[in-house]
Amino acid sequence: MDGSGSLSFEDVRGWVRRYAGVIAENKVYLTELDSAIGDADHGINMDRGFTAVLLKLDALSGDDAGVVCKTVGSTLISTVGGAGGPLYGTLFLQFGIAMSGHPSVSLNEWLAGLDAGITGIQRLGKAEPGDKTMLDALMPARDALKQALANGTPPNEALRDAVAAAEAGMKATIPLVARKGRASYLGERSAGHQDPGATSSYLLLKAAADTWSEVG
Amino acid sequence: MAEQSEPLVGIVVVSHSAMIAEGLVELAGQMAGSEVRLLAAGGAADGSLGTDAGRIAEAIAEADAGAGVVVLADLGSAVLASKLALEMLGPEAAGRTRLSGGPLVEGAVVAAVQASAGDGLAAVLEAAEEAAHMSKDVA
Repeated sequence: MDGSGSLSFEDVRGWVRRYAGVIAENKVYLTELDSAIGDADHGINMDRGFTAVLLKLDALSGDDAGVVCKTVGSTLISTVGGAGGPLYGTLFLQFGIAMSGHPSVSLNEWLAGLDAGITGIQRLGKAEPGDKTMLDALMPARDALKQALANGTPPNEALRDAVAAAEAGMKATIPLVARKGRASYLGERSAGHQDPGATSSYLLLKAAADTWSEVG
Repeated sequence: MAEQSEPLVGIVVVSHSAMIAEGLVELAGQMAGSEVRLLAAGGAADGSLGTDAGRIAEAIAEADAGAGVVVLADLGSAVLASKLALEMLGPEAAGRTRLSGGPLVEGAVVAAVQASAGDGLAAVLEAAEEAAHMSKDVA
């Protein structure tokens, strides 16, 4: 991103392509996390979804920055069969809505999408902070980014701050007892394992920073 | 005999397993008579274990004969996908649909019975959720 934090259609597409690669690389890892406290399919499901996404990305053409994420959202809803389908589908649809109508947008629109996505995820799943879910990575990241931008932190640095907050939130899920999702069926036995949804969420935000923020 | 003129409440069975959903529709169908719209929406789009909000939305639309629809689900993410299906259908259809928080199998059977008896949406939902308290006399 340049100093004004502007994101083009190609920037957004680049982010999604990078994330699809990250998911493929981490498919086994995410599935292992999910077999400790879930139904052992998070990595498999996300990889299936993002493989379908990659097939559609090339055909998209570029004068609306929101089209990429709307396409990702609707694809995930119909190809990711677990909770991740509705939840990541909603997140990406909200990113798409927030960024649509313009050939390029600012990091503020992306933040608005993240915020609306979190609201949508909560509306569907009714999870609260500390329930050991993807929100435990997404919410701290949203708060950090909002704070940083409000303080006038340059966009690249603000995004890196958000990723650091997501990483801390992801690691903080380790001791938690799950109160939502398949892991909640394990009760106390879910403690001591990092949440797979928080992990894939952290990786999503890290992929944004790796795509858009020059490493300083 | 008076002709059945009032539409009956429809029922949708959502499961991570297409086999569970279809088997339950067959089972509940024995009690439901031929007029109740009883639909299965199980499994992911490619047939693997999972849920598909689009398929659920289609089933809800098809199950609605005008008297609304009760949706029964197996586990949490089936509820997530069902809620997303309602968002996809829009507020009018969502307003005529109720998600049961009760057991899947017993609830579907009881709902089918009540729907075929002409019960309204609220009554069918209540019966489906009360199925949680049905005793199996296992003593």
